[in-house]
Amino acid sequence: MKPSRLPSLGFVYYLGIALLLYLPILLLVIFSFNNSTVLVFPLKGFTLKWYGQLSQNGELLQAVRNSLLIGLGSSAVATLLGAMGALAVVRYKLPGQGLFTAVSALPLVIPYVILGVSLLLLYREIGIPLSAPAAGLGHVIISTPYALLIIASRLVGFPDNLEEAAMDLGTSYWGALLRITLPICSPALLAAFMLCFTISFDEYSISSFLVGTDNTLPVYLYSQLRFPARLPIVVALAAILMVLTILVMVISEWLRRVGQTPARKVEPL
Amino acid sequence: MKHRGRFAALIGPPSLYLLLFFLAPMAVMALYSLRAGTLGAARDVFTLDNYRLYLANDNFHRLLLRSAGMAFAIAVLASLLAYPLAYYLAFQAGTNKVLMLTLIIIPTWTSYLLRIFSWKLILGSNGVLNSLLLWAGLIREASPILLYSQAAVIVTLVYVWIPFVALPIFAALERIDRSLLEAAADLGCQPWEAFLRITLPLSLPGVVAGFFFALIPTLGEFVTPLLVGGTSGMMYGNLIQDQFMRALNWPMGSVMSLAMLAVVLVLIFVLTRFGSLSDLAGL
Amino acid sequence: MTDFAVELRQVNKTFVSGRGAAAESVAAIRDMNLGIPPGTFFTLLGPSGCGKTTTLRLIAGFEFPTTGEVLIQGRPMSKVPPNRRPVNTVFQNYALFPHLDVAHNVAFGLEIKRVPRPERDRMVQEALEMVRLPHAGNRKPSQLSGGQQQRIALARALVNRPAVLLLDEPLGALDLKLRKAMQLELKQIQKQVGITFIYVTHDQEEALTMSDEIAVMNNGVIQQMGGPVTLYTKPANRFVADFIGESNFVQGTVVAVSDGQATVAMGAERATVEHGDVDLTPGQTITFIIRPEKLLLFAPDQAPAGAISGTVREVVYIGTDTRYLLALASGESIVARVQNGCQSEMAFHSPGDEVRIFWQPEDARALAG
Repeated sequence: MKPSRLPSLGFVYYLGIALLLYLPILLLVIFSFNNSTVLVFPLKGFTLKWYGQLSQNGELLQAVRNSLLIGLGSSAVATLLGAMGALAVVRYKLPGQGLFTAVSALPLVIPYVILGVSLLLLYREIGIPLSAPAAGLGHVIISTPYALLIIASRLVGFPDNLEEAAMDLGTSYWGALLRITLPICSPALLAAFMLCFTISFDEYSISSFLVGTDNTLPVYLYSQLRFPARLPIVVALAAILMVLTILVMVISEWLRRVGQTPARKVEPL
Repeated sequence: MKHRGRFAALIGPPSLYLLLFFLAPMAVMALYSLRAGTLGAARDVFTLDNYRLYLANDNFHRLLLRSAGMAFAIAVLASLLAYPLAYYLAFQAGTNKVLMLTLIIIPTWTSYLLRIFSWKLILGSNGVLNSLLLWAGLIREASPILLYSQAAVIVTLVYVWIPFVALPIFAALERIDRSLLEAAADLGCQPWEAFLRITLPLSLPGVVAGFFFALIPTLGEFVTPLLVGGTSGMMYGNLIQDQFMRALNWPMGSVMSLAMLAVVLVLIFVLTRFGSLSDLAGL
Repeated sequence: MTDFAVELRQVNKTFVSGRGAAAESVAAIRDMNLGIPPGTFFTLLGPSGCGKTTTLRLIAGFEFPTTGEVLIQGRPMSKVPPNRRPVNTVFQNYALFPHLDVAHNVAFGLEIKRVPRPERDRMVQEALEMVRLPHAGNRKPSQLSGGQQQRIALARALVNRPAVLLLDEPLGALDLKLRKAMQLELKQIQKQVGITFIYVTHDQEEALTMSDEIAVMNNGVIQQMGGPVTLYTKPANRFVADFIGESNFVQGTVVAVSDGQATVAMGAERATVEHGDVDLTPGQTITFIIRPEKLLLFAPDQAPAGAISGTVREVVYIGTDTRYLLALASGESIVARVQNGCQSEMAFHSPGDEVRIFWQPEDARALAG
């Protein structure tokens, strides 16, 4: 290895990519405080008025409300389904498992345009009205695999007979899941929930087909991109969203890693 | 047996959901592809006309091929650029490697719509970069660096995919037993030789997983072309979106989607030959 | 009339693996009849795959018999799930709940039964004292060593005062010294608490040390059941003779049969063996067993009558004993173990020496089949 104190080529490369990734976020945050309607240098002064205008925009607030609701709802469903799927896949070796794993992983790779379009057709065929909740149902499909993976990787870290031990001591199977498996998985469940929320909250492609006249935040944002005058407000909004998402993801990642390999301390008793 | 009951109870609800909201829609799409029209009487007429029209239309095929080519280029570039990143993190970043990887991953979970939009703002004629350069006196007049083009779509998507592709490569590199490299050195290998003969081959499953993970969804990409593609950067996904949202020719749109789905399924099949979707779980 | 703690009647258990045409059914347990008296330390002993763990799981309720019945304290258990049986298990991997501290782990079963708090705390403390870890209550399982975790698992099971305690190879992960100490401790605890212990192991020495009664199993069938001494001195068949302790298997032809004993010819030589319950007829080829420590070696000129000839092939010194690999005139090899130091008049033998091998007739037993 290089004994010199110059940063290695790899580190420079890493730094470059990290900068490229964070740059847009940084710039958006900076310009959200800029007292100007165009995003140009030099900066024209600090202001909070764009943020102020956000709270007066009824359409925007409605979109936020929708996104929050379907975000929370779809994450709850996705986390629950992912947890059940993870338990089934990790704790049992029965026929049907392989097929389930394969099919449930497909939404990870199938292009979103196909997912969106096919759901649109389904909704029209069976009479589900296009709306924000309709989009939320689609969000569940794309976030469940992530929830399943997160929870499954937590489950494999623990002995597979903890539920049996609990039953031996007097609980029913479902009681064992509640008293033992659930607490043990709780960091993973929370991390999965937050990741699913992020996915739903930021989702545009599928939602664009399914929201009908409703608005979700990304759909609303996209519709505003055509109006240069609205630019600063959009920037302020974008800044908030990105910072929030990062915060949520930081917590989620931290939760996921909590207690993965507890340190062993052997002290005399 | 007791166990089967529990297993069924656990796997039932997610399976049911998948059936209703993932598989059933595909079936409906197949149904629509055979319809003559979207509304009214035409709905109940079944015909193969749409398929004939699709097969006869060269433009559609060319666009699909072009999109596949673009997706392929994007996946290759993203993998090439992601590999050194993953390698650095796995082998040289030391104890902070996981933290550093996480730092790279987190911004990717923010809305890519917003990130692309902000790059548009940065690189456009009225944008940040131009204004910065003008202000600094480095250029005389604004120029649209980010042209509305195929290249713009490719660059943007490569940028978006690099961190995602880095994950499985990192996971694969991490799994390589370091003592193998020690053995290679012991047997006379130079570092670059050891890389080519040992590290690279052993990391291939991760590379393949990442490659397909980037390739397959990108086939149907339509948002990025809408934002930065202009007319020359249009992709097959735009065609489908157009059929459904503007032209309202859902049967034709369904045929187009099914064509793409066929390509997707073939690619997924190829992926499973090489590895498994769980290789993606750099989690 | 059933006063067994645990009974298995005509139990069969088959597992099916694979699907469709490739499905295989494996008979884990075949036609098992077993009655375990209350208060015994009962061991199921056998190699891996013999069905001993499956038997345990049938008693615990994690598996149900394909045919036959399991009874606990006289009550049939065919519809009873594990959480309603008067049985508790100590698992091989301890299965302590990682998110609960030791006290809550031990208290778990009592909490389910809604035992009031003060009594619960008292019982937990008692249990911890019994396994000699009275101050471990606040620790997390990950902070304990393997041996300590095992004792907590024991406490967690015993605190519920089950009628029967099941132990599935609990000492497997411990090192030798600790294992031996725990064997004695488990035995003591069983005597102290007085409940039926059903213990599963593949270690025959462990079984002999701890058990009141042992069932030796192979391929899903009980080969022999009895106390340690019986199993050791009077093995019923080749498998038991081979599995428990070390045995020499010698072939010979029956020459004469008398009351309890038989004369057997090995080549030109004659020796006497016990035939016990096995019916022998002259001319029959049989196998008899003799334990290595029961063989007495003499120099050719000092041998008593009835000894047979052999040549020393190998000598291995193992501290307490010396092992001799001997070749008989018939070509077979047998092993003799001579305790060092107690027969000071007997010279040590070297490879190549001619020796005479003698045994007491009652130490050699003819085997059925």
